[in-house]
Amino acid sequence: MPEPILSLRKLEARYGDFQALYGVEMALNEGEVLAIIGANGAGKTTLLRSVSGLMSNAAAQVVYHGQPIGALRADEVAALGIALVPEGRQLFPSLSVEENLLIGGRLNRKGPWSLDAVFELFPVLKERRAFASTALSGGQQQRVAIGRALMSNPDLILFDEISLGLAPVIIKSIYEALPGIVGDGMSAIIVEQDVSKALSVSDRVYCLMEGRVSLEGRSRDISREAISRAYFGVE
Amino acid sequence: MDWVNAVVQGTLLGGLYALFAAGLSLIFGVMRLVNIAHGDLIVLGAYLGLTVVMATGLHPLLALVFVVPTMAAIGYVLQRGILNKTLGDDILPPLLVTFGLSVILQNLFLEGYTADPQKMNAGALETASVSVGGLSLGVLPLLTFGIAIFVIASLQFIFYRTPLGRSFRAVSDNQEIAQLMGLNKRHIFGLAMALALAVTAIAGILLGIRTSFDPTAGGARLIYGFEAVIIGGLGNLWGTLVGGVILGVAQTVGAKIDPGWQLLAGHIAFLVVLAIRPNGLFPRVSG
Repeated sequence: MPEPILSLRKLEARYGDFQALYGVEMALNEGEVLAIIGANGAGKTTLLRSVSGLMSNAAAQVVYHGQPIGALRADEVAALGIALVPEGRQLFPSLSVEENLLIGGRLNRKGPWSLDAVFELFPVLKERRAFASTALSGGQQQRVAIGRALMSNPDLILFDEISLGLAPVIIKSIYEALPGIVGDGMSAIIVEQDVSKALSVSDRVYCLMEGRVSLEGRSRDISREAISRAYFGVE
Repeated sequence: MDWVNAVVQGTLLGGLYALFAAGLSLIFGVMRLVNIAHGDLIVLGAYLGLTVVMATGLHPLLALVFVVPTMAAIGYVLQRGILNKTLGDDILPPLLVTFGLSVILQNLFLEGYTADPQKMNAGALETASVSVGGLSLGVLPLLTFGIAIFVIASLQFIFYRTPLGRSFRAVSDNQEIAQLMGLNKRHIFGLAMALALAVTAIAGILLGIRTSFDPTAGGARLIYGFEAVIIGGLGNLWGTLVGGVILGVAQTVGAKIDPGWQLLAGHIAFLVVLAIRPNGLFPRVSG
């Protein structure tokens, strides 16, 4: 069994007095797509913030390629090849579409993703490359946010609620593009409230409830009933 | 013709005020830091220029070759070593720390250079003039205005046409997400302060050639800088130039009416703009 690309070891996270994660154990293998589901406040976003360095943890609680990274800053984590597509897109409003993408690629990591490759994946962004990022629709902004993360040629990409606030037809088209994004050995963690979407694109799924892992399994094997129990904590 | 002359002289003076203000505008735009020590840093640039001139005999404008990189280095170290630690959700710590820095700088100037007014001698440049349409324009004010336009155009180019400027704007927009792009905000803020103090060095040298300065001269320069920034609109570099010009013209026209009204007229112009357009004439950022 090869070493996992990412391991969470008894991951704890707090916001002041409030504890958001309680000893979360998780492993992600190279090239694998992991879905994390759970209700609002379950700790999904906190988990991604811990992995991406936006929250500081004990170093050994997050291990990436065998290296403890829990205490690294977000810019240091990014340089190691972990990219986050944040909840709510969070584009840079004073940068154009093209500049948002270029700043994603400023680390100059080697890989298949470039401005041209992103424009090929999302042609609408090429047409609107000079637009202010705030002038785009929600779906187009989400494509910029995904493209911006891809521009760093990450080994691991983290998606936080990419369907949030988007029309169903837009969500469908973004999820259709995902297999083309996470191929070529790139690993991914998808945090999503839309359970069926999350299961359709992932190899394995973890369910979080109140900061603890309440279910873990292969996405195609897991039953609706098991998910309901793990999601809501009721039989 | 006297009134036209007052307006033209005020416009040229506005170039110097814009240089006072550009550094303030830049660091507020990037990191929302209000630097109370900015005027004293301008005076530091003047004293460093004076030191280089006295030590080497160079023309004050040539002293820029030494003073600009020195001030930039001071800016980077100051930001990384002290000011970064004050930045956060609370605006009070940077205000207090830069106020303290202002007091420290003034006392260091007193210790190092005494309270006597100093001035740099730029030779014939100080009195040279050209005649344009019946007006006699000083070469030094013209040069100062030209340098102000060049500096602001350069800053504008850096901000909107280079990867460094992209990083400045990204960190300014959202510090947390910018870090996800691999940007170390502490380093970016250090570079922004280095750039701001490089501009401040130019302003300090031109101040020291134009007029005499002493250890307490920073306060007035800080106020002129603030007024120019606020008249022009926070974070807008070209607006800062316009703000400087409005301030300069108000002062020279005020002085034309009554020599005692020079400073008062500038402050009144500032208050009028603030009353009519609280966000300045060309605001880029709010809050």
